[in-house]
Amino acid sequence: MIDRVGATLFEGGDWNFDLIRRIYDAVEDIALNEMKLDVYPNQIEVITAEQMLDAYSSTGMPLFYKHWSFGKQFLSNEMLYRKGMRGLAYELVINSDPCISYIMEENTAMMQTLVIAHAAFGHNHFFKNNYLFKQWTDAEGILDYLEFAKAYIMSCEERHGQQAVEKLLDAAHALMHQGVHRYPRAKVRDLKAEAVREAERHAHQERIYNDLWRTLPAEAKQEPTVADYRRQALNLPQENVLYFLEKSAPRLEAWEREILRIIRLISQYFYPQMQTKVMNEGCATYCHYRIMTRLHEKGQITDGAFMEFLQSHTNVTHQPMFDSGHYGGFNPYALGFGIMQDISRICTDPTAEDRIWFPDIAGSGNPDETLKHIWANYRDESFIGQFLSPHMIRSWKLFKLDDKEKESALTVDAIHNERGYREIRRSLARQYDIGWMEPDIQIVDVDMAGDRHLMLEHKVTNGIQLAQSDAEQVLQHLADLWGYDVVMDEVDGEGGRVLKQHRASPRPAES
Amino acid sequence: MYVIDRRLNPGGKSLVNRQRFLRRARSLVQRAVRDSLKDRSIKDIDQEGEVSIVRKGVHEPTLHRTSSGGNREHIFPGNKEYVEGDKIPRPPGGEGQGGGSEAGTGEGEDEFRFVLTREEFLDLFLEDLELPDLAKKRLIGGTSFELRRAGYTTSGSPASLSVGRTMRNAMSRRIALKRPKSEELKALEDEIARLEGLTPVDEDQLLRLREERDRLERRRRLISYIDPIDLRYRRYEQHPKPIAQAVMFCLMDVSGSMSEHMKDLAKRFYALLHLFLTRCYRHVEVVFIRHTDRAEEVDEQAFFYSRETGGTLVSSALEKMLEVVRDRYNPADWNIYVAQASDGDNMASDNPRSVSLMQEEIIPISQYVAYLEVGREEDPMAGGTLSSGSELWQAYERVAAPPGRFVMRKVHHRREIYPVFRELFQRRGVGVLNR
Repeated sequence: MIDRVGATLFEGGDWNFDLIRRIYDAVEDIALNEMKLDVYPNQIEVITAEQMLDAYSSTGMPLFYKHWSFGKQFLSNEMLYRKGMRGLAYELVINSDPCISYIMEENTAMMQTLVIAHAAFGHNHFFKNNYLFKQWTDAEGILDYLEFAKAYIMSCEERHGQQAVEKLLDAAHALMHQGVHRYPRAKVRDLKAEAVREAERHAHQERIYNDLWRTLPAEAKQEPTVADYRRQALNLPQENVLYFLEKSAPRLEAWEREILRIIRLISQYFYPQMQTKVMNEGCATYCHYRIMTRLHEKGQITDGAFMEFLQSHTNVTHQPMFDSGHYGGFNPYALGFGIMQDISRICTDPTAEDRIWFPDIAGSGNPDETLKHIWANYRDESFIGQFLSPHMIRSWKLFKLDDKEKESALTVDAIHNERGYREIRRSLARQYDIGWMEPDIQIVDVDMAGDRHLMLEHKVTNGIQLAQSDAEQVLQHLADLWGYDVVMDEVDGEGGRVLKQHRASPRPAES
Repeated sequence: MYVIDRRLNPGGKSLVNRQRFLRRARSLVQRAVRDSLKDRSIKDIDQEGEVSIVRKGVHEPTLHRTSSGGNREHIFPGNKEYVEGDKIPRPPGGEGQGGGSEAGTGEGEDEFRFVLTREEFLDLFLEDLELPDLAKKRLIGGTSFELRRAGYTTSGSPASLSVGRTMRNAMSRRIALKRPKSEELKALEDEIARLEGLTPVDEDQLLRLREERDRLERRRRLISYIDPIDLRYRRYEQHPKPIAQAVMFCLMDVSGSMSEHMKDLAKRFYALLHLFLTRCYRHVEVVFIRHTDRAEEVDEQAFFYSRETGGTLVSSALEKMLEVVRDRYNPADWNIYVAQASDGDNMASDNPRSVSLMQEEIIPISQYVAYLEVGREEDPMAGGTLSSGSELWQAYERVAAPPGRFVMRKVHHRREIYPVFRELFQRRGVGVLNR
């Protein structure tokens, strides 16, 4: 054992509030003074299993508006929990300022330590520093906003009837994934920055100036057509369907627009989380592993507690192999933690191969700083695309299968060897690319002169079309909101050929 | 850093959502609840339970890609033997994204399973059932009261303040005490102003008027517009409410001719009936009578769980019932209901007696008589319209009764129990039966 200083924080599993405080202080000491994490102030709330179930079914938020779908979620979670088919998470953490972590009362003292390290420092640091969260979410305002949303929707129910609101929410939920802005709006520059930019542009033009271009015959400039003006006025094409409806749907009332906006903003709030699942969990897992190990080294937790920790840690980071029967895709905890551990190894103890693949970080000797940089500036796709090392690919024995529609058998396209590394890395990264995960659906035009039908396009990639029955149901909802017909073409991404067309007409409003 | 103990916060945050879900899926859940009945044993017929409904009914659609077709790439961990270029036959059903992320949850795509609490279960289960013709009402000792208006009182809660009455009192008091009206005061003020405006000021007159005005103002202050003495509150009195008392006679045939299956059917029927009555009515008594060739009154436990066998004499049960009625339930005060279950295999010589007892004595004093005939599971006649029925059935068919008073049904299978039960005790709209 290494130098054991100080007394252990606890023996056995029991905890009390005083102990939680001491645990927090010990963890905080390591997180802030050794790892130099940068976190929001913490608020730790102790809850019961039942309250955890409640929190589960409102997407983890402490307060949420009412809708039957959350009841459905609750019933299914409750069922799984009661039958013992699924344990509850030990913690739940909310990206807010202060950062709220829920911890369960039945956790042992060791689990509480783990959870505090994991959520109150790991996730918290990630929320505060990752560029996506900085760009898209307002940690300070979210709880107030939810409070407003809940009260607003409730008042709408009182005024316009529960049924009308429920119908609107059903439709909005169906379009929730089509309710995010994927590109941040350009920030307004100040005059000084504007001047610098202008100078740069000028210099660039001068650099690339070539008299030859002058000799090209000028192309006849096309006059903008009526359709162009119309599209410009309506801000089309538009991929944020809920935004478009909120701003331009002709038959919605003010309160309906406001509710669409609420759903859209909530969807936007969760947008970064979808893109950083691997990194977020990886970061939290890496932090708790570091902190727990350090606590053990400092003698603040006993060997027994450390064994207990390792047991749950390995459970969490277990990745079943594809043929094990338990395989259900990649475990984000395992993948994220695996790559981050690997990065830490590359920083401190690189092989010759690592030096070729990762010249920037190999042997830098400071894994914490390197990782902090990565946590701040990457999302899942770019993270995997950059840092999935050959070493990881070999130890996980990754392989790539190609499934071509025209062929009767699947082909093993790449395995964990020199030729396959890049291909595997590229392909896995793509699986985490939000642009590939979500179908590319845009509103392209509105038939203003005719029957006002709304035209959408799904750009089909790799010949994978939309699931038919769901698409029809969603279009039905969309038509109800738009108030006129809705048509969606599925267009081949390469040829531009229309593969399929869906159409829906609004249902008459119930009296 | 704050540590907050939220454990004592009120739970049940999801209750509203849960209720909304159940309401939305009501018809599906109701069907599931009723279907689940046939798989339940008599003992736990009213326990909380797991139900499953088709997932499609509560599906939330989203725009997403299909899980099969097209060109796809998959990455898997754990390669053992594959090298580049190996061909693997396509697994049946299409290789889903990642091999099916639902697999771990252990539930099928097509059904949605969840647990209903006992209350939710029974509510769905016993919805819109009622005892028909609960007509005889009578005052019995003090369980039920209603509040009735009974004049006014000088004290009470602000909520029951009678504004009209209070204002009336105030007004009469003001008139009686001659409280100066504001118009009088106004007129006086005007007069004073007019006199002050005149050039030769009539000081005496002015002084007199001013004194008069001060007097009126003082008086107005002393005699308030509304005084606590004017306040009147509505008074309520508790009034005993007449309630309908009912007694349900459960007559069950337990003779040797009843097979286990038939007894099970009959007991299930009575279990439902018992559940329905005890849950929905507070003033319903249940009398259990079982019979072979002799009838006896038994308690619930013996009725449902003990075994007995022998010959069949239906009239014995009817006589027993009449005896109990004479002893304890005066038909003038009690609403009497009868549910009889038998395989209909009565001694031939007893049929005329049963019919006459039924027609002459039981039906006239009863509100509603239901006869349930239980049959073999695979009755050859079960489906046929020409089913002639047992001897007792045929005999009962001749019973003359006012419409809707005497009802007969046949049951052959567990799954028919609930529909028949519902049919017998369905809430009837006004005018469905002309009574």
